[in-house]
Amino acid sequence: MSQTAANLDGGTVGEEPAPALRLEGVRFAHGAAEMRFDLAVEAGEWLALIGPSGAGKSTLLDLAAGFLTPASGRILIAGRDVTDIAPAERPLSMLFQENNLFPHLDAFRNVALGIAPRLRVSKDERAAVEGALSAVGLDGYGKRLPAEMSGGERQRVALARAFLRERPLILLDEPFAALGPALRAEMQALLARLRQRGDGRPASVVMVTHHPEDAAEMADRVAYLEDGEIAALGPAATMLSGTADPRVSRYLGLARKNV
Amino acid sequence: MNTRTDRRIRVATGIAAALLALGFLLGGFVVLLAVSPQAPDFAALFSDAYIRAIVGFTLLQAGLSTLLSVLLAIPFAVALHRARFPGKRLILRLFLLPQALPVLVGALAVITIWGQSGVVSQGLTALGLPRLDVYGLSGILIAHVFFNMPLAARLFVAALDRVPTESWKLAGQLALPPLGVFRLVEWPALRPALPGAAALIFMLCVTSFTIVLVLGGGPAATTLEVAVYQALRFDFDPSRAIGLSLIQIVLTALVLIATLILGRDPAGGFGLGAKARRFDAASRVRDMSDALIVTLGTLFVASPFAAVVVSGLAADLPRLLTETAVIDAALTSLAVALAAASLSVVVSTLVLLAIEALAQGRRPGRLSRVTRRSLETATSLVLVVSPVIVGAGWFLALRQVTDVLAAGPYVVVATNAVMAMPFIVRIVAPALRQANAETGRLAESLGLTGLARLALLDLPAMRRPLALAFAFAAALSFGDLGAIALYGSNDFVTLPYLLLQRMGSYRTADAAGLALLLGLIAIALMAVVEGGLAGRRRRPT
Repeated sequence: MSQTAANLDGGTVGEEPAPALRLEGVRFAHGAAEMRFDLAVEAGEWLALIGPSGAGKSTLLDLAAGFLTPASGRILIAGRDVTDIAPAERPLSMLFQENNLFPHLDAFRNVALGIAPRLRVSKDERAAVEGALSAVGLDGYGKRLPAEMSGGERQRVALARAFLRERPLILLDEPFAALGPALRAEMQALLARLRQRGDGRPASVVMVTHHPEDAAEMADRVAYLEDGEIAALGPAATMLSGTADPRVSRYLGLARKNV
Repeated sequence: MNTRTDRRIRVATGIAAALLALGFLLGGFVVLLAVSPQAPDFAALFSDAYIRAIVGFTLLQAGLSTLLSVLLAIPFAVALHRARFPGKRLILRLFLLPQALPVLVGALAVITIWGQSGVVSQGLTALGLPRLDVYGLSGILIAHVFFNMPLAARLFVAALDRVPTESWKLAGQLALPPLGVFRLVEWPALRPALPGAAALIFMLCVTSFTIVLVLGGGPAATTLEVAVYQALRFDFDPSRAIGLSLIQIVLTALVLIATLILGRDPAGGFGLGAKARRFDAASRVRDMSDALIVTLGTLFVASPFAAVVVSGLAADLPRLLTETAVIDAALTSLAVALAAASLSVVVSTLVLLAIEALAQGRRPGRLSRVTRRSLETATSLVLVVSPVIVGAGWFLALRQVTDVLAAGPYVVVATNAVMAMPFIVRIVAPALRQANAETGRLAESLGLTGLARLALLDLPAMRRPLALAFAFAAALSFGDLGAIALYGSNDFVTLPYLLLQRMGSYRTADAAGLALLLGLIAIALMAVVEGGLAGRRRRPT
């Protein structure tokens, strides 16, 4: 595999960049069930993970972020082997469904943590934090505590922090699941805008979702997980049309149309 | 009988049971105040320099004990929660044991480790340093920290366990330094648990009797409880005993009110912990200091247990176990424990059934709410009126009509029974509440009442927790010295009382052997309770 060989050098083959995230023969025991993941997320891609609960979607993200350690296999981010590297040193940001903010810190300080873990910010950093807040439409919200904000506003603060960190890979563990359809679409549009960075390639996104319409709207490709492995993977339109794989159709409730 | 009549009967018997307990708790003093010619003169009491000194020392030792226990528990809990090693659960289990150990055994163990001829002193002499003097404030503080630091540490670990997983992940992903994790995650989680833990420990130390009795040195290191005991057993000064008792009741009531204002039930959240996965950035310095803190804390708590075992095994156990005095005392203890546990379980169950009946009322009115609250408060009032004070009241009241020591066994059984009530209620109430929530309406619609309802609904739900509560109550009264201290005599000797006698006559080896025996039995009983409760928690719902 020439690509793997190239990845070991941490470089690229010609113009072809290394995958943003690559799971190679990753195995992980989750209670009695064993999960097996092989996956390559291309640089700049937006990949949606769908599938029934318990299929391993969140486990896959936790493995990528370093919150879980695989029993065997390798995890590479932008060509670099990060299997044995602490979560803090992996070049990614992860957003959770809830508790993305520390409840006793105001919005400004919650965002500032992204670049200043000791919360001592220079003048430039202060401006950057305020810029990030304003980029997510929260001008003047700096002094508010999480409890004083709506669910959507809190996730905006988390988004602001994620983008201030400028990591090339964003993992979304259903951060918008608790929001209404309109707000969810709005947040995804915001995310799509923010990931376009000045210097070329956009940040890659891996998103767990229970809403196929979200995936249809935003994702380049969709991976369908079942029983701890990736059962099907393909372009979003094909995967969600019900023509790709009978298991996907069954999950989506499109089985009858297919017969 | 319809369901309404049934409910009325339950409420009525529950109120009667609660009144019985209350009557016993406060009865002695009520009788006493009714028959005594004049009201106690508080002004005169407070102008007495000796009494002021005792009140001062009571508050000082309780305050310092609380401060030390909490301040030491915070770094220990943080280090233990953060550190990753296989024995974590074991350490948290070890930290349960001081609560199960009879206080007298713990006090003796503290002397064995920290006393003048103890392990620490021997180490100090080897280094050419002076020996420690454990009698007085320092010994009281060591013993109180031994009993209460683990309690605080467990409460704090439970508080850290309640931190959402995402916060640990976030801290890991943002590479927060150790101090940052403390400031942003750990301290905000610990802070709400502090007032409750401190209030609970302060309360336990203000009413602490056995430790101060054994480790206190003379009038300079005496608390109200011990002063009451001395006024009755040695000086026989009833008016002083009454005055001191009333001061103690007022003092503990004030502390209890403060606890209620702080508004938390600290005993509510115990966890065995070690569940949280954390992603702290690597730091050698922090790992080393964590290991040091965990080791020192564990040694501090484990060493007295080791001392009990080692010096207990060195005693002449075969002789001790066949000695008539020991066998008699053990049988007396057993009888007292079984009687107290039975009484306590019956009274508590009646009160609990009434509380549940009031909660189930179709339209709970103001009156039924107030009644329910009063019943709940009555079961925990014993926290304010400690065994020594209850005993003192009845001691003085019974003196007027009968031979106090002849009535001793009854008073001791009743006192131990009332002491166990708050714990029994806490162990049994959740199961009963759950059963009523699940099948209460079904029972209602079928018209189940009286004994049928009791047999089909209440008892099956309560059987297991009641058995555990019985074991708990038995263990509690088996190891108790507070109630027996006033009423013990040559004709009425329990194991703790015998142990105190042997300690008083400097038969150290005997004392060590008895301490081992007493500690083993109490801990075995408590282990049954803990295992049973843990089993219930594990069962899927």
